[in-house]
Amino acid sequence: MTTLSKQTLSHLDWLEAEAIHIMREVAGQCERPVLLFSGGKDSICMLRVAEKAFRPGKFPFPLMHIDTGHNYKEVVDFRDKRAAELGERLIVRSVEDSMKRGTVVLKTPDESRNKHQAVTLLEAIAEFEFDACIGGARRDEEKARAKERVMSFRDEFGSWDPKNQRPELWSLYNARVHRGENIRAFPISNWTEMDVWQYIEREKLELPSIYFSHQRDVVMRGGAMMPVNVQLASGEILNVPKAGEEVLNQTVRFRTVGDIPCTAPVLSDADTVEKIVIETATTTITERGATRLDDQTSEASMEQRKKEGYF
Amino acid sequence: MSAHENITDNGLLRFMTCGSVDDGKSTLIGRLLYDTKTILADTLNAIEKTSAKRGMEAVDLSLLTDGLQAEREQGITIDVAYRYFSTGTRKYIIADAPGHEQYTRNMVTAASTADLAIILIDARKGVLTQTRRHSYLAHLVNIPHVVVAVNKMDLIDYDQEKFDAIVADYKAFIAKMGLFNDGRDIQFIPMSALNGDNLVDRSEAMSWYQGPTLLDLLEAAPSAHQGHAEAFRFPVQFVCRPQDSANPELHDYRGFQGRIESGSVKVGDLLTALPNGRESRVKAVQIGGVDIVEGQTEQSVTILLEDEIDISRGDMLVKSGEVPEQKKEIEAMLCWLSETPLSPARTYLIRHTTRTTKAKLTGVAFKVDVNSQEHVEATQLAMNDIAKVGFKLAQPLFSDAYSVNRGTGAFIVIDESNNNTVGAGMIL
Repeated sequence: MTTLSKQTLSHLDWLEAEAIHIMREVAGQCERPVLLFSGGKDSICMLRVAEKAFRPGKFPFPLMHIDTGHNYKEVVDFRDKRAAELGERLIVRSVEDSMKRGTVVLKTPDESRNKHQAVTLLEAIAEFEFDACIGGARRDEEKARAKERVMSFRDEFGSWDPKNQRPELWSLYNARVHRGENIRAFPISNWTEMDVWQYIEREKLELPSIYFSHQRDVVMRGGAMMPVNVQLASGEILNVPKAGEEVLNQTVRFRTVGDIPCTAPVLSDADTVEKIVIETATTTITERGATRLDDQTSEASMEQRKKEGYF
Repeated sequence: MSAHENITDNGLLRFMTCGSVDDGKSTLIGRLLYDTKTILADTLNAIEKTSAKRGMEAVDLSLLTDGLQAEREQGITIDVAYRYFSTGTRKYIIADAPGHEQYTRNMVTAASTADLAIILIDARKGVLTQTRRHSYLAHLVNIPHVVVAVNKMDLIDYDQEKFDAIVADYKAFIAKMGLFNDGRDIQFIPMSALNGDNLVDRSEAMSWYQGPTLLDLLEAAPSAHQGHAEAFRFPVQFVCRPQDSANPELHDYRGFQGRIESGSVKVGDLLTALPNGRESRVKAVQIGGVDIVEGQTEQSVTILLEDEIDISRGDMLVKSGEVPEQKKEIEAMLCWLSETPLSPARTYLIRHTTRTTKAKLTGVAFKVDVNSQEHVEATQLAMNDIAKVGFKLAQPLFSDAYSVNRGTGAFIVIDESNNNTVGAGMIL
């Protein structure tokens, strides 16, 4: 009866199997989980993993996006389209509503709203009594994430205490929480940027168009390319060039998509997933180094934001 | 790693490094990442700046594995960090844990998912107390492959005789202690992580060594389940019942979802459901609702059975004829992870596969001195202690010995008051 296992799973099959296992553990252990879906490439991969984990059933959790109001229209449209195609419930909670409530106060009107998503997320967790949030963070993204658990415990204030994390052994994940506390679960913790692109290629996943090479007006600001005159879904124009700034029309793509004022594109001709995979293999700049302006404030800025409830 | 070329995918290998900063552990990891071209220019720039700021002439590759803010201030690493690199044929996950005695729990944590351990020895110092500790822990947690890396060969003039003496010493030590005496694969490499000798590139300074480089060994090491005869073990995580679907064909769909801990499964196999003991044949094996030919070890699948059997999360599907023991009392090696000592008076929770049960300590047989492997009498366990213990359980576990099956031999202990994971157990 005993069989000899001779075949090795490919690295993508292994990563996928691990991610499915983690999602099912969340579904099996938690009462009210939610999957955070932004329309970005990592969360698009998570949706495919969720299909493989739970189809032909429905997902045992809704999808949720914390919208800063400063997201690219292409991404927001894609988010809505993908949720509809899957027939899954999408909850959107907006940083702008938190601003109206007075729980988010911007220092300046054009400040990046990225870090303020944490407040809106905590408000949504309280509103729906979520006990687990499934997120697409990866350990290769940033130093503070390299030690993050797959199941990361957050106290009633949503805070991450790097000194008070549960040891995580074998694949025995502990997602138990008391009322008011929650778990952040990261099924694709062990994926790298390259794995994500290879998975997108293998699974033929559709992506928002701004991930592919396109023409865009930019200015150089603080050593990075800043997209200008970006039209939001509301019709509002964001990032009007300042006096004296030279507007260049460049061929670019986005490696990450997020809050517009803190996400810079990279110069690229790659207009297919295949070309992006090749470009990712030969790039000399890390994903966040190239594109996330908010991580450059200080060496430990991600860690600081995580302590405040950020992913 | 071109998308066009169809390079054989040799899967994924998880390994850990055992050693202290003094052994050049961080340099070894930094060197592997650097030589496999995993380090990108901006990261390299950052560590160049830091190296210069600290008055160092060359780039300090150990800075690549630098950790969290509080730890940076203390200048030490106090947790497990995970690093990634790929050679194009294989993807690697490195678990980086500190090697000091007070961090036994972190070593055990890192070891629990490792297929291979690199045990670092400083060539100037030879086999030390910490080498014994690391070797014992790698043995205890049953890491299938062990590489003993004799590092800093540059500081002993690449002397073959000294290397041979360290190897002989080490072999004598493990023979005496009975470590790795189960035919486990052990390899020895002379290297210099600082200069890159025998890590990725073959050393010109040590032409006397004709064996594989570290990367050669990593590339060739069989993954944990390869080539082993293993019984089929399928702990059920979740039951898929899409009866509210508009599709009437799905009305009777009942899919048992989980990850195959060991063995394989295909249509027609006769399975036994535990604990109820009922049998049925496999009707289909699926991923995402699509049939696959065979479910393999470590694959997450959905199993459909021909008969309707009541099965829920925490149950286990196994092949009839290779049913594991059902135990309400277990003996185990336990590593205590919590600052609060293990209390014989309290009731804990034990998580084993997908099953959770209440558990009470029945006794501590002995504690192990991790440095000498001597057995010490004990009634209490503090953080980082390792002991042979007994538990009695409210519900039976379907377990194999940890030495035979890591997936069905391992458990964690949970403190219900704060839900913390406080112990890591290996069933004997």
